[in-house]
Order: sequence, then C-alpha cells, then structure tokens
Amino acid sequence: MLSIKDLRASVDDKEILKGLNLEVKAGEVHAIMGPNGSGKSTLASVLAGKEAYEVTGGEVTLDNKDLLELSPEDRAREGLFLAFQYPVEIPGVSNINFLKTAVNEIRAYKGLGPMEAKEFLKLVKEKQKLVEFDAKLANRSLNEGFSGGEKKRNEIFQLAMLEPKLAILDETDSGLDIDALRIVANGVNHLRSKDNAFIVITHYQRLLDYIVPDFVHVLYKGKIVKSGTKDLALELEEKGYDWLKESVDAEENAAI
Amino acid sequence: MITQVSSSLYHQLVTFFEERLTLKGYQEPQVSLRQEAFVRFKELGFPSVKTEDWKYTNLQSLINQHYLLNDAIPGKDVDINKAVIKGLEAYRLVLVNGRYRKDLSDVITEPGVFVSPIEEVTTNELFSAHFAKYADKTENPLVALNTALHEGGLYIHVGKKVVLKKSIHIVHVVSSSEAIFNQTRNLFIFDVNAEVEIIESFITNDKGISLNNTVSEVVLNENARLQHYYLQTADEGARYLNHTEVKQAKHSLYNNYNCSFPGSSFVRNNINVRLDDTSVESHLYGVTLTAKDQLIDNHTVVDHRMPFCESYEWYKNIAQDTSTAVFNGKIFVQPDAQKTNAFQQNNNMLIGDKATIFTKPQLEIFADDVKCSHGCTMGQFDDDALFYLKARGIGEASARILLVHAFAFDVTERFNNEYVRAYVDRLIEQGLVVEQ
Repeated sequence: MLSIKDLRASVDDKEILKGLNLEVKAGEVHAIMGPNGSGKSTLASVLAGKEAYEVTGGEVTLDNKDLLELSPEDRAREGLFLAFQYPVEIPGVSNINFLKTAVNEIRAYKGLGPMEAKEFLKLVKEKQKLVEFDAKLANRSLNEGFSGGEKKRNEIFQLAMLEPKLAILDETDSGLDIDALRIVANGVNHLRSKDNAFIVITHYQRLLDYIVPDFVHVLYKGKIVKSGTKDLALELEEKGYDWLKESVDAEENAAI
Repeated sequence: MITQVSSSLYHQLVTFFEERLTLKGYQEPQVSLRQEAFVRFKELGFPSVKTEDWKYTNLQSLINQHYLLNDAIPGKDVDINKAVIKGLEAYRLVLVNGRYRKDLSDVITEPGVFVSPIEEVTTNELFSAHFAKYADKTENPLVALNTALHEGGLYIHVGKKVVLKKSIHIVHVVSSSEAIFNQTRNLFIFDVNAEVEIIESFITNDKGISLNNTVSEVVLNENARLQHYYLQTADEGARYLNHTEVKQAKHSLYNNYNCSFPGSSFVRNNINVRLDDTSVESHLYGVTLTAKDQLIDNHTVVDHRMPFCESYEWYKNIAQDTSTAVFNGKIFVQPDAQKTNAFQQNNNMLIGDKATIFTKPQLEIFADDVKCSHGCTMGQFDDDALFYLKARGIGEASARILLVHAFAFDVTERFNNEYVRAYVDRLIEQGLVVEQ
C-alpha cells in the first residue's frame, strides 16, 4: 500500500530524514518508535504534505501513486490521514460543517455527488458511537476549548468518518490519561480491517498494549535502524534506546 | 478657509442651488432649512484629507467631476434580483435613485404603519418635529449638503405598540447610464413600544457612474426596538456617502448590522448613535469584505449621554487584493453617563499582500463609574489552520471560505434574521478571491 524508498527531507536546510525506507501492506499496523529528535513527526508531516518540509530525495507511493507530487488535500483524498499530534483549534467552524465539507470534497474527487444530509447524520451517529465521541463535542466549534484528550478523540472520530486507506497517528497517546488512551485505542481497533493500514508513531510501549502492531521500527537519525515484531517494543521499554544508539553511532564512526 | 478650487461638483452645486430652490417651489419651513443648510455647506466645503475624520478617505476623485444634478430618470425598468433574500418574508419598498417607486413597492397592510415618499410629508407635524434635528447637529458637511439639496427618500412612521409581523426591505437602486449625483433623505420614527426590522439593500443597475449622498435619521421613542440591516452590494461605479444618525429614548433598543461586499469602489458610512436617555441599549455590528481597488470606510460614534446605558460594538474587516478598509469607532461617555457599559471590538484580516486596513478605536470617557473596554486585532490566514483543513481533503478554496466564515462568525451569529444571515454568508463566499 505505502512504499517509502530512500526518503530524504529537510527543514530550514537541516536534513532530518536521511534515507528512510518503509513498506506497509494493507491490513498491517506498523509502530514507529525512537528517541526525541529522531524524525518521527517529520516523517508524519512530510507524508501529509506540510509545506515547511522540503523533500530532497527518494520516493513515496500510495497504491502506486506518487504521493510527493500531490497537494496535501489530494493526498487526503487519495486515502491518507494524519491524526495530528497537536490538533488545531478553529473557532467559528463547526465540527459537523467541517466534516461535511471534508466528506463531500473527498467524494467529489472520486466523482461522487454530495452525501445526503440524512445519510451523513446517520454516519456521524454511527461513528460517534464507534469511537465513543461525545455528540455534544461534535456540534461545537472545531477543537475549540477541547481538552487534550477530547482533541485526540476528535482526531479518531474524523478518522472514522473519512475511512482512509492509511492512517498515521502522530503521538496520539501523548497527553492522554489511561481511560482516554483506552478509548482512543478501542476506536482504532474497531477501524482496523484487512483493507486499511496504520502507522502508529509513539514514544511509549503502553499504547502498543492496546493497539497491537504487526511490526515495530526504530527511527534514529532520520533512518530506520531496527525493525522487529511487538517484542521489540517491549525490549525498548526495558532497555531504552541507548544500546541501539551506540551500535548505530559505532557503525557510523567505523564508516568514517 | 475654503479650498475647493479643484472641485467641479462644488461649483456646480453653488451655481445650481438658488435656481433649484426657486424651481422646486418649496414651502416654509423647507426653504429656510435648505438655505441655512446650504450656507453651512458652503462654509465647510467638502471634507478633505486634512480633516482627521477623512484622513484615509479622499473624496477628491469623486467631487472633481461633473454630475447630472437633475431628477432621476423616471419610469425606467429596474432589476432588483440582486437584492432578493431567499426565504425572507418582507414588505419590499423600492427606491430608484432615491425616488420611491410605488409601482415596485408593496403596500404595508398592517395597521399603525405609515410609509411615504419624503417629499410628500414636508408639512406633516411629526415630520417637522424631527426632520433635520439630529444629523444636522454634527459637523459633517455632507449632511448639510443633503439637507440643502436632497431629492427623494422615505419617511416611515410606526405607531405606538405596533409590532410588525414582517420585515421592511428597502431596496435602494442606482440606475443611470450617465454620471449622476443622488441625495436621498430618510426619516424613520418609531413610537413607544414599536418593534420593527428594516433591511436596506444597496444595488446598481446599468453602468453609469453615481455619487450617492444619503442621510438617514432614526428616532426611537421609549421602549421601541429596531433591527436595522445595511447590505451593500452595489457595483463598482456606484459610490456612497451614507450618514445614519440614531436618537434613542429610554429603554429603546437599536441594533445595526452593517455589511459591505466587493463591488462599490467607494463607501463611507457614518453611523452615529446618541444614547440620549437612561437605560438605552445599542448594538453595532459590521462585516466588511473588500476586493480589487475598493475603499470601504466605517466611522461610528456611540455617544453615551445618560446613565445606565449599554452599547456593544463589533466590527470585522477582511481586505483582499489592493483594497482598503477603514474603521473608526468613537465611544464617548459623557460626564452624566454613569454606570455605562460600553464595549468595542474590531478584528481585521489582511488577505491581499497589497491590501490596507486602517483602524482607530477611540474612547473618550468623562464619567468615573463606568465599564468600558475595547480591543483590536490584525491578522492573516492561519497557515496551521489551512493545513489542518487540507489534511482532511478540503481544497484551498473551501478551506479559505471556512476560515473567513469562521472569522466573521462572531458577528454573523448575532444576526437575528436567519435568512439575512444565510444571504450574508453566501455573499462572503462569493466575494472571496481565491488563488488556485
């Protein structure tokens, strides 16, 4: 589904991603872990098409479509979804109106007419229930005055509404208490299917107790330096990143 | 000192005045009122940019040309489609170049409402008691000019305890193939406990250039309530100088919703509210969206003269392309106006790289037991918000519409007429310049 080959990207002329490779197939959940500053959030932003990041090399395809050629909105319309680490508050835009606009623009891209109001509301109700999102929040202004947990749950609600092929969760667990974490994870687990895929970016193994990944990758210095199964996450939880850093740094030094 | 050497309109008016007065055969007190007003206008001349109130709004190009000063072209067909507000139930009153067009207007059948072309009520006692008693007290020379030479306009009197079931929709049409100068004069009087909604639309037919100098006086007696909308949607060639003077008595409520959209190249609105009695409430809301070379200037005065009054003002400006928006909000709290609550907020959004916004909140407080506040912000599109919307599949155009609606929302949500609100939301959408 998603294929990243030798991806290089920089921000303000500083190279952050230095030749990253990743293959994600339909039905899979990949976790990306790594120490602070390793490039995890940069990867999420680059995939979503944030302008501040400049891609300097490599390629990314989503179902064989060149993702890097597309505008952020077209990436979303092709089925890419980024759950933001810091969802933006937009006072005056109602959550529902925002979602309706998003749903209908994605439908228009696929050559479909706008969704009937009745059908849309039915979908809203159904998905609210699925991800345990408070109906009162859905009618408020987009993220305005939401708590950290409510914002993250809203991201998952949007994910449920837009049904993307590939969802990237950028530190969705940060700032969540254990109950909110469980609700968010349950939501994601309900949405998992053989046809979609998830990339879960996280610092902590804890989230992976709830969203069990098929693969775990460690990102360090802009590259994936180790990949494994969910056991790798447990190992990292226990040992930290230092042993990995050391071996990577040693290799680098040897190469010089 | 009179510095009008370059104004051809000024000379035209001076030459024309006496002849017009004789020709029209006005009766007293109209003759003296007009003569006195014209003397005032001659003394003051057209305002120049040297006056603080006109610093950003240069009339030179408007007055430096000749206009047809004759009566409006009668009997012409007009198209008022642009002013139609979907879903709105209203009595429609149509004025073409300031002239009341009975053939295009509805008859208000509800009892207690009197509507008339202003030229037909000059001997009416109530009219004389209020006409030129308020706006002419201000320093604005354009009011004096209007008093001296106005032609046409509306007189509306709503009687005691009359609560109108439907709104009154006044459609001001400018229609000419040549350069015309219109001076419309309105007087609206609301008796005790009257409750009315008036929506005024400004539209253009035909391609001629026009200068429209309009004065409206609004009198609210005790406990009267008026919802008053201005919807400026005229085309480029129509230029406006509007002066609204509101006089409020005890427990009365005046709500003004002043909306301007891309089109007319030059609009100056003066909206002055005199809270001349205790326990008066006034709200002034404004949404201005400018484009191309437009200049839209809103000058408001909220004058607290008596205690226990409340005023609330919120203006939003969105300037695009090379346009200019001006906001000046004066709030006076006079020595007697203790226990005043006065709030003002002005938010601005600069979209075009070459757009300009001038804003000046001006509070002058002479009483010591009052609550007053004001705030002013200047901003642009929020890139993070734009990206967030795009990341959900929403394209640039729709994302901008959502964000501008969101920006205007604080004001548009105050509209108590949902049809006008939907109409305004749509005009905001249509008026947005989207670069693909």
